[in-house]
Amino acid sequence: MSQLQPAFGLSKRSATTAALPAAKPAVQVAKLIDVSKCIGCKACQVACMEWNDLRQDIEENVGVYENPHDLSPNAWTLMRFTEWENPERGQLEWLIRKDGCMHCQDPGCLKACPAPGAIVQYSNGIVDFISANCIGCGYCVKGCPFNSPRISTADNKAYKCTLCSDRVAVGQGPACAKACPTKAITFGTKDDMKKLAAERVEDLKERGYSKAGLYDPPGVQGTHVMYVLHHLDKPALYAGLAENPRISPLVEVWKGAGKYAGLALLGITAAFGVVHHLLAGANRVTEEDEENAEKLRGGGA
Amino acid sequence: MTEHRDGEAHMQVPRYSGSARINHWIVAVSFVLLMISGLALFHPSLFWLTGLFGGGPTARWVHPWLGVVLVVGFLGLFLRFFAANLPERTDWVWLARLRHVLAGREEYLPEVGKYNAGQKFVFWAQAVLVMVMFVTGIGLWPAGLAYFEELLGFKATIDQRRMAAVIHAGSAVLTIAIWIIHVYAAIWVRGTISAMTRGTVTGGWAWRHHRKWLRKEIGKEPGGPQPAE
Repeated sequence: MSQLQPAFGLSKRSATTAALPAAKPAVQVAKLIDVSKCIGCKACQVACMEWNDLRQDIEENVGVYENPHDLSPNAWTLMRFTEWENPERGQLEWLIRKDGCMHCQDPGCLKACPAPGAIVQYSNGIVDFISANCIGCGYCVKGCPFNSPRISTADNKAYKCTLCSDRVAVGQGPACAKACPTKAITFGTKDDMKKLAAERVEDLKERGYSKAGLYDPPGVQGTHVMYVLHHLDKPALYAGLAENPRISPLVEVWKGAGKYAGLALLGITAAFGVVHHLLAGANRVTEEDEENAEKLRGGGA
Repeated sequence: MTEHRDGEAHMQVPRYSGSARINHWIVAVSFVLLMISGLALFHPSLFWLTGLFGGGPTARWVHPWLGVVLVVGFLGLFLRFFAANLPERTDWVWLARLRHVLAGREEYLPEVGKYNAGQKFVFWAQAVLVMVMFVTGIGLWPAGLAYFEELLGFKATIDQRRMAAVIHAGSAVLTIAIWIIHVYAAIWVRGTISAMTRGTVTGGWAWRHHRKWLRKEIGKEPGGPQPAE
């Protein structure tokens, strides 16, 4: 269960047309995941399970490093492993990306969600699913550019990383960041995380990773989970990280102009009926028609 | 022109059998419930409609099953009526004189069989849209999609599922617009609704709107005019 954290103001609320109460401008937060520092120990996964009380069913070993096989309603974060031979450097690189919700500043899940208040964005940028309001339709899955939300078949609710909004609400960092032994995961204000990332990128460049950089994709107005990548020019290397993520134009049409165009067309059709009836009047059968029918039956027509 | 006087017994012509009417109303009721639950998820300002179903989660799971009921029911209507809805040459004449139709000037229109071109349009448009919405609806139905993926051995991509959402919503808008026309036409053309309630229409109604059909029906009656020998 994921619950609303009243400690924060809201900057966005799903399926809500009314204005939100004015929230105090809050400092934007972010989690920085330095892929170059990750050793793949999965302490973050364990910490996530423990803090959020999640237990993924035991699965079959199919000979890959990932465990479990994929994100699930009970696995909100997952280390994804890629072995890549770097042709420039002639070395094998083990690229390990901690996958999970990226907490987009422009969240596609929230845009697609039809249930009022089932998805919120706090004024600090965290995107949270509010289970009590979730109806389990799966629209968030279609809205997400990162394939993060999962629908539980147990309670038909959508689940994903909350960025430990309950911990952040009481001044703590996310459980995964706390557990990370190499400080590959850090949490703080978005500005601080960008500064830290800049230092790391500079360091990586000095060590020969000329394309190192910070993954904070502008297509979704930046994310509140950011990656330091050794190969920012090839994000897809990292288990298919999206090159230029943005809300799909299909979702934009569906949940943007389409909504208004659709209702307008229905309104126009109904209005046509009303106006037509006012102008043309009822189309009534006359007594003459009845008599003609009688004559036809009598064989006289 | 004398008006129809209430209470006077007019000649009644059977138009729909009992089973056809039951079939129609199964489709009608499921359509209305689908429309309400669908519109509730279409625009936030209509989300309150889920309350009629006992809340959002119920509306969400009931909608696809109602869809299954409608598809099965519509298949019944399709098989019953498709032959009578095949296009004829006079349909084009009727359509070309649509302004006379809208003005209620039947005297300028060709004699019509069981269905006029407008009714045929409703029939075929809804048949196509029901099919489209069934296929795209499965793409939006997590449990149903998983079942069909297993059954047919494929995996829908996320972009296919997004496309399904757009097409489903667009088709839903069209199908509701056509439903509005269908309901309005039944109200505007007085004497029509009894066809689907009691199963009969008056002779005058049939004479006025479906004369070719009336001639055929009367020909079938034992006491009716027989073809010249």
